[in-house]
Amino acid sequence: MALKFRGVDFIEFDTLLTDDERLVRDTARRFIEDNLIPIIEECNRAGRFPRELVKPMADLGFFGASLKGYGCAGMSNVEYGLVTQELERGDSGVRSFVSVQSALVMYPIYAFGSDEQKQTWLPAMQKGEKLGCFGLTEPDFGSNPGGMRTRARKSGNEYVLNGEKMWITSGSIADVAVIWAKTEDAKDANDGSSIRGFLVETDRPGFRAEDIHGKWSLRASVTSSLSLQDVRIPASNLLPKSGGLKSPLMCLNQARYGIAWGAIGAAMACYDCALQYSLFRKQFHNEPIASRQLVQEKLAWMISEVTKAQLLVLQVGRLKDQEKVKHQHISMAKRNNVWMALECARMSRDILGANGVADEYPIFRHMANLESVKTYEGTHDIHTLIIGQSVTGIDAF
Amino acid sequence: MKILVCVKQVPQKDAPLKLNESGTWIREDVSYEVNEPDAFALEEALRQKEKHGGEVVAITAGPARAQQVLREALAKGADRAIHLEDPGFVGLDAFNTARAFAAAIKDEKFDLIFTGLQSDDYGFAQTGVILADLMGWPHATIIMQIEKSDGGIKVKRELEAGYFQFVEMPLPAVLTIQSGINKLRYATLIGIKQAKNKPLRKVTLAEVQSAIGANLQKIERMYIPQKTKKTEYLEGSPGEIAKKLVDKLRNEIRVL
Ligand SMILES: Cc1cc2nc3c(=O)[nH]c(=O)nc-3n(C[C@H](O)[C@H](O)[C@H](O)COP(=O)(O)OP(=O)(O)OC[C@H]3O[C@@H](n4cnc5c(N)ncnc54)[C@H](O)[C@@H]3O)c2cc1C
Repeated sequence: MALKFRGVDFIEFDTLLTDDERLVRDTARRFIEDNLIPIIEECNRAGRFPRELVKPMADLGFFGASLKGYGCAGMSNVEYGLVTQELERGDSGVRSFVSVQSALVMYPIYAFGSDEQKQTWLPAMQKGEKLGCFGLTEPDFGSNPGGMRTRARKSGNEYVLNGEKMWITSGSIADVAVIWAKTEDAKDANDGSSIRGFLVETDRPGFRAEDIHGKWSLRASVTSSLSLQDVRIPASNLLPKSGGLKSPLMCLNQARYGIAWGAIGAAMACYDCALQYSLFRKQFHNEPIASRQLVQEKLAWMISEVTKAQLLVLQVGRLKDQEKVKHQHISMAKRNNVWMALECARMSRDILGANGVADEYPIFRHMANLESVKTYEGTHDIHTLIIGQSVTGIDAF
Repeated sequence: MKILVCVKQVPQKDAPLKLNESGTWIREDVSYEVNEPDAFALEEALRQKEKHGGEVVAITAGPARAQQVLREALAKGADRAIHLEDPGFVGLDAFNTARAFAAAIKDEKFDLIFTGLQSDDYGFAQTGVILADLMGWPHATIIMQIEKSDGGIKVKRELEAGYFQFVEMPLPAVLTIQSGINKLRYATLIGIKQAKNKPLRKVTLAEVQSAIGANLQKIERMYIPQKTKKTEYLEGSPGEIAKKLVDKLRNEIRVL
């Protein structure tokens, strides 16, 4: 039995939003309800990315929504966050696709690219005509990307790239990959200062993308491994303003911020489903399970955590709009909100009993998705260390 | 063509409603949305403009919160908006709402005025019709399709039992639009941004006060329907149950 999502707002959170912010949220919500909800369980079962939604999402302005110019909508950070919330209310995989396209590919081109790179890629990516992926993680370097082995060697007017990238969202459907590699002036294996970003068209000889199969998570999004063997690119494909590990981390900050909103969407979907279910599911004395204290405790916990998460990320968003946000603020929002969403998914699964394990309801899918979300863009524990570093001044990595 | 579209903000269709203290209307703390037929009226106006050029203007009467429906109309492509802004507009009957609209647009020259067929809250289906009369224009209701013809328009009306009626009429005219006649567009994010710079004229209650009078229609009481029906289980052997059932059908419900 499909339960229609009714929105979640316990403390009149909506009154903290402007008319435009609500309109953006409602538009994204309606789009997802009309276009993604009817097909998502099928996509998840089949492990299929709903590519047919790329164009409609582009038409609405979802790609690069917070960038200015190049056909982008120039949304505020709060508006952008509300879009990712609604996307992830639908599915974390589809939200991941949008995050990668926007925050991890369009953003670095926008922030570190030359005018020519911006003109070539941004309008086409905004329209969804070109798709992108972001290659930072390697088989042996996840949380510690500074140790990466991928190398870019200058050869005349070209760079020659060699290396392996792993767990790359949209890898095999991308037209362009933002590849992070060390240049030959790297002093030693742990020197992150020589890391630069390169735009690699995926049809270049020596570039191969292979999908990772057998995922239990983010099944509606493509995840690939990339192999670069003597891939030659013009020197003009270097992102000129990228320099050092802080460049990819700046991209991750954009994406993590969107994830902090997105996780709320997944949590809302689970909570609302569990609430509705608990009101009609009857056990013992023909009474709904919602009338039992143990069930109410779970519902009360979830709505409290969702509400706190909303307030946290809204404040971080407002700081970001005022250009006052610090990376540790975003770490706190990502860490807290994904954790709370995963806990909500597990509790909601519990409330649905056996029905919670089938894909007639969205909960298990969200739960499985959130396991990836907890790990990518800085694991939960890595964000703990970032917050710890920020309050103590001591690096504990 | 210059088209005015009347858009109303109404309580969300599946929002749980609470009655106000005097039991004459619902409480304000509810979620609102665009009246459904009005959304189709706006969409139709935008499509007419795309085909024939011109201008689309959205108008609403209601408190500050009602501005949201105008923002949405502007974001979807309306060129400008008029907001009759006052909490007092909520309680007007259809006659007064139409009189307020007529007063607010007295200096404008529209070719067409669209309203939704009816509002999802009051359900009068009167505002458009009365507005036509006040303007001295022809009107047609329950419109399914609009085509421009020489010197006017040809419209398709929905009648009962699957019948349609085709009507030719001159311009200017008022049309009340049926839900579902087109596919609604989404407001794009760019559209929402651009809407900020589109003109929105505000009209106070005082400005149109002289045009309106006392309500001729008033809601006396609103209440949640009392449950009067009760399920009764007949018990006993199948034979006894059948006997009791026949007795009830014959003597209580009198269908046998
Ligand atoms: C579905 C999916 C999509 C992804 N998409 C992309 C993408 O598009 N682009 C991209 O570049 N990457 C992507 N990733 C990779 C992701 O960013 C990494 O998985 C993540 O950074 C963690 O790295 P790892 O998996 O190697 O784990 P590891 O770094 O090996 O961590 C394993 C565990 O050890 C802990 N740990 C590590 N170091 C420390 C420490 N110093 N102190 C305490 N604990 C520590 C971690 O918290 C974690 O619990 C994706 C991953 C997934 C699952």
